[in-house]
Amino acid sequence: MKPFSYERVSSPAEAAAAAARARGAKFIAGGTNLLDLMKLEIETPHHLVDVTGTGLDTITETDEGGLRIGALVSNTALASDERVKRDYAVLSRAIVAGASGQLRNKATTGGNLLQRTRCPYFYDTNQACNKRKPGSGCAAKEGVSRQLGIVGVSDACIATYPGDMAVALRVLDAVVETVKADGTTRAIPLGEFHRLWGDTPHIETVLEPDEMITAVTLPKPLGGTHIYHKVRDRRSYAFALVSVAAVLDAEGKGRVAIGGIAPRPWRVESADAALPDVKAAARALTQEASPTDQNAFKIALVERTLAGVMAKARGEAA
Amino acid sequence: MDQLDYFSVSRRGVLASGAAGLAAGSISPQVAFAASTPAGERAITMQTVSMRINGKAQTLDLDTRTTLLDALREHVKLTGTKKGCDHGQCGACTVIVNGERINSCLSLAVMHEGDEVTTIEGLGTPENLHPMQAAFVKHDGYQCGYCTPGQICSAVSVLKEIADGVPSHVSAELTGPMEASNIEMRERMSGNICRCGAYSNIAEAMAEVAGDRA
Ligand SMILES: Cc1cc2nc3c(=O)[nH]c(=O)nc-3n(C[C@H](O)[C@H](O)[C@H](O)COP(=O)(O)OP(=O)(O)OC[C@H]3O[C@@H](n4cnc5c(N)ncnc54)[C@H](O)[C@@H]3O)c2cc1C
Ligand code: SF4
Ligand code: FES
Ligand code: FES
Repeated sequence: MKPFSYERVSSPAEAAAAAARARGAKFIAGGTNLLDLMKLEIETPHHLVDVTGTGLDTITETDEGGLRIGALVSNTALASDERVKRDYAVLSRAIVAGASGQLRNKATTGGNLLQRTRCPYFYDTNQACNKRKPGSGCAAKEGVSRQLGIVGVSDACIATYPGDMAVALRVLDAVVETVKADGTTRAIPLGEFHRLWGDTPHIETVLEPDEMITAVTLPKPLGGTHIYHKVRDRRSYAFALVSVAAVLDAEGKGRVAIGGIAPRPWRVESADAALPDVKAAARALTQEASPTDQNAFKIALVERTLAGVMAKARGEAA
Repeated sequence: MDQLDYFSVSRRGVLASGAAGLAAGSISPQVAFAASTPAGERAITMQTVSMRINGKAQTLDLDTRTTLLDALREHVKLTGTKKGCDHGQCGACTVIVNGERINSCLSLAVMHEGDEVTTIEGLGTPENLHPMQAAFVKHDGYQCGYCTPGQICSAVSVLKEIADGVPSHVSAELTGPMEASNIEMRERMSGNICRCGAYSNIAEAMAEVAGDRA
């Protein structure tokens, strides 16, 4: 790990100012992704701004009848919140489908959104990777790509956004709230938060370097049946090959977002509109797919996973 | 622009990297970096952190890069906690911080100011075992024993998480009380890998402790 200096801050404004001031600064929250990558020297911050003392660890009700989730709320606390379990069950379900109990205790709402890809060539510093080292190439395209993306990917990078929580947040139309060093705040709809890779796969979100996530807000509850179904190579403690977050009514109408296939949680308006027709929805979600030989199976897996979710929502045995 | 205002840390230990030795007294890490390291190298930053480990106050002066795991093993000499993967993938390093289990390999020691840390040594002693330690002995919940301290810290926390209503991936219902069933315990323990495959005995040890509690 490269040496770094470290400071604690006690407010979001202080955090953003500290990040803007120090050269090569990064925020650290749970540390479960950043520290992992620092050990491998994939991330090499000069300075860490510890945001765990910023007081953003509560979940409060908004005037609109939704919830505001502080950026430092742990994944365990969020999944266990009675209001979330009752009104936004897809979010609880998505969180507990990810990582392990130990990791979820540390992982935070903001950090989880910003977790980086799990492409094996991104992690192996001996390999070419445009995301890790812009312009170096992409070893995944000729390599093992079973886990990687099929839609929204580019010539430069075929990796996925690997997280589960954000897939549920996408289906719930969550909004990410931020503050910058100059004090300006903004609210970014989750669907616009993660960028498609294009020819700059090293730039993963629309956040600026000194911009801190302060909260994620959820609109008022949608009702319906909430389902998160994750398909993976191991039953637990593994990243998704394909996952489906769904909020559906008894007829199977509603909304779906797909994880494990794209640079961001994948939601397509025409797919939602096609529901409950699973085949049509799956087609809309994957029509622009450009898979490799090794991950073309994900096209069929999206449809099948969606079919299972649909059966469950309608109370049929899956 | 005065960095000093922003560092509540002791800068006494700002070291230059390599053999360059100690940097001047009260300069900030950034200045130390610019002033006293060969081009391309970074200064090591030392920082003081205080926490309670197994009930005992400890103040440590650490390289900021030190993980909680390395602080426990290398500095406090509590070697019960094990390093398996060092990347959050095996659970051997599991300890309990402020009542919650975490992977100590993926946490910086300096981020634990004021925290209450419990390791396997703090759960019980050979003369006075924690019920979970005793149950692991009784049910042969280990073979080589390498993963065991992490398994036991995790197992203790799992029963607490169930009691606290934390849901898991296999919970049929999210609301209402959580069950300490075999399938629940297996899922909740998935962050602790055992190369020797002692899983079924671990689940039995946990079931016994859960049963006694119920
Ligand atoms: C073995 C293993 C298995 C895993 N399995 C899964 C899985 O199955 N599914 C899944 O979804 N995830 C999984 N994860 C990833 C885990 O969910 C993330 O590591 C975690 O959510 C990151 O949160 P954190 O608070 O620890 O982030 P950190 O590591 O602290 O930070 C991550 C990034 O976010 C930035 N950041 C943090 N907070 C803020 C903020 N408030 N504002 C701006 N920037 C911020 C940091 O600078 C850093 O770049 C796994 C991780 C491991 C190690
Ligand atoms: S797919 Fe993306 S992350 Fe993976 S090697 Fe290629 S450029 Fe790197
Ligand atoms: S050593 Fe920490 S999880 Fe493996
Ligand atoms: S007892 Fe040997 S690794 Fe678990």
